[in-house]
Amino acid sequence: MQDSPGEKMRGIVLDEHVTFTLHEFCHACGVQTELVVEMVDEGVIEPAAMQEEEWQFHGHALVRARRALRLVRDLDVNWPGAALALDLMDEIERLHRR
Amino acid sequence: MEFKDYYKILDVARGASPEDVKRAYRRLARKFHPDVSKESDAEERFKEMKEAYEVLKDPEKRSAYDKFGANWKAGQDFQPPPDWRREQAFRGGSSPGGFSGASFDDAGNFSDFFETLFGQGRARGGFSYQAGGARARGEDVNAAITIPLEDAYRGATRTITLDVPEADASGRMTRRQRTLNVKIPQGITPGKRIRLEKQGGSAGDGAPAGDLYLTVEFEPHAFYRVQGSDLYVEIPVTTWEAALGRKIKVPTPGGPVDLKIPPGSNSGKTLRLKGRGLPGKPPGELYVELKVVVPPATEENVRTLYEQLESLDSTNPRARFGVQ
Repeated sequence: MQDSPGEKMRGIVLDEHVTFTLHEFCHACGVQTELVVEMVDEGVIEPAAMQEEEWQFHGHALVRARRALRLVRDLDVNWPGAALALDLMDEIERLHRR
Repeated sequence: MEFKDYYKILDVARGASPEDVKRAYRRLARKFHPDVSKESDAEERFKEMKEAYEVLKDPEKRSAYDKFGANWKAGQDFQPPPDWRREQAFRGGSSPGGFSGASFDDAGNFSDFFETLFGQGRARGGFSYQAGGARARGEDVNAAITIPLEDAYRGATRTITLDVPEADASGRMTRRQRTLNVKIPQGITPGKRIRLEKQGGSAGDGAPAGDLYLTVEFEPHAFYRVQGSDLYVEIPVTTWEAALGRKIKVPTPGGPVDLKIPPGSNSGKTLRLKGRGLPGKPPGELYVELKVVVPPATEENVRTLYEQLESLDSTNPRARFGVQ
């Protein structure tokens, strides 16, 4: 990959203004659909809406999903455990930012 | 290459039982997991622990590693013995966790030391999750950027330098410094993440690059406190400005504005300047908290006026305590 120093990189902010289709979401997480379905079933992430019978996800769900995948992989917790940890971490972050 | 003391990394004795090793790893992993830990070197330390555990939890790898004996010290220059044959003994890796393989691995590859002894780490191990035809892709990279509040108010471009994992021509993982100019979108708030597609690590061989995730934090501001897209500022006012209700100038990120103080305002009264916080849909508010400052009664004529006030006004601010 070649760097072009003058070029400005424009990213997307992972907030409630951005949505991913299920396909885009899986791609961004680097996992297959089954794992995303599992995360939704276990309450780790919540789809934002249904569009033509397909889930849509907000940016924050991507942040959560990637964290959950790392926690499950690295700490050998299960999905509900990861979901609990994420909820608590979100709460800590919220309190810190007050 | 540097010798790695895996026992020291996991803080266990050389004779530790598999259960002890596991317990030590779990305890440290919970403490230093980059998603949990606030330590600045958490990511590096966690990588080391994973590597150490990968070796010490596997009886074969552990006994091979143990052959080097206790005389080796971490950081010592190390070359494997000439009869070391990793290819036969250690093909593939063990599954890292709940799933059978994971291509979302962004924890990085193992050290040269590990790869020389045991082959490539799990990121390129024989269990790609994307067995369904997709190629392996580069690592996702997490980084943080700290910006002044003004950048979030107006939008800006920031130059960042990152250490990005990259595969060289022979497929070996190295790290490369990259400099990127990143657009800071107007109205971004602290803690938000910006995703830059394909700006993460490269896996070589024309495989797609990983993504870059930038967490945005704000530098502390001289007088604004930020909460989401709302801003808070404490504005000192004099006793008479507060009592009489005067018009004062207050700062906003977009420039000073006039603010009419309601007569009889006390310290702590908070006024809202609608939409004067960080831009967005909807824009944040600017909350002005008044802080009444009492001019000192040192000058004789000021003192006289305070005394006149004292004799005229019978307010008891401590009435609810039942004292005078």
